[in-house]
Amino acid sequence: MSAAADELGIAHFDYLLQLADTSLVLGQRLGELIGHAPALEEDLGLANIALDLIGQARLLLSHAGAIEARGRTEDQLAFLRTQDEFRNLVLAEQPNGDFACTITRQLLIDAWQLELHEWLQQSSDAQLAAIAAKAIKETRYHFRFSASWLVRLGDGTAESRQRAQQALQQLWPYTREMFEEQEADRLLAREGVAPPLAALESAWRARVAGVLGEATLEQPAATPYRWHGRRGVHSEHLGHLLAEMQYLQRAYPGAQW
Amino acid sequence: MNKPTDWPLYEIFIRARGGLDHKHVGSLHATDARMALEHARDLYTRRMEGVSIWVVRSTDITASDPGESAALFEPARDKIYRHPTFYEIPEEVKTL
Repeated sequence: MSAAADELGIAHFDYLLQLADTSLVLGQRLGELIGHAPALEEDLGLANIALDLIGQARLLLSHAGAIEARGRTEDQLAFLRTQDEFRNLVLAEQPNGDFACTITRQLLIDAWQLELHEWLQQSSDAQLAAIAAKAIKETRYHFRFSASWLVRLGDGTAESRQRAQQALQQLWPYTREMFEEQEADRLLAREGVAPPLAALESAWRARVAGVLGEATLEQPAATPYRWHGRRGVHSEHLGHLLAEMQYLQRAYPGAQW
Repeated sequence: MNKPTDWPLYEIFIRARGGLDHKHVGSLHATDARMALEHARDLYTRRMEGVSIWVVRSTDITASDPGESAALFEPARDKIYRHPTFYEIPEEVKTL
């Protein structure tokens, strides 16, 4: 394989992992709320979203394994990689916190996935385009769910508004990572696999600003610091999440249902 | 936030397929009608049970009083001529 083709293959694999791991880790986080959400109705709503995300992660990981062509299955990629091999957005691994924090994290990622899935339906990677076409219907509902909740919280009581604004302040710095353009991104955009990040960013900003406006919340100022989940540099929270998620396969390798 | 048990109750109606009526399937708590729709989608259409949802505040439903059921319903009992079973249907009519 030529060096250029090799470079594209690695960028492609890493990109699929970023999408898959973000869905997988966020799905696992939402799964922690089963039996603990503030109302039975929300419990089921969040569990449905978690299942959608894990379903998306499965398709993306299988596809990533095929692109990598080293025979790794979705299960091996999900359960046998270490923290520094995960490529998810650091935002996705942040703890659930209070309900405002869970909803704010969800909204910021839903808006990102919504713009991504819209674009990826025209990706030159036909399998990725097909996954995006299936996922977009789920993502539209996720966004509807988290946006309507954030508006209720932000434009609600003094306490709910204060908690929503605090969650936004806390989580906003993690969003910069979504649009940090690297050489691999330019390569994938040139090949038509992934969207140009500048276009994605302006669409995301407009979408999020619309919800924050309706929720009467203030958009936090930009911070210079950036997280680098795509390079495997994570916060202290991911290791604990993986320890729980991967426990069974680590303790009983190859165990099946 | 109020306890979810303080949230108003909504009655949920689901249309299973195009052409069928909306049928009452149950109730749930929600703060407003939009949330009731989302909850109904998550609770009652997980297995493709429907193509349309109506939600109605339970307090907006006016129900007949079971104590008055004798006055309301029993007078119809001996008026079987109100059923269309006494008409002879011509053979040419296949469905009526």
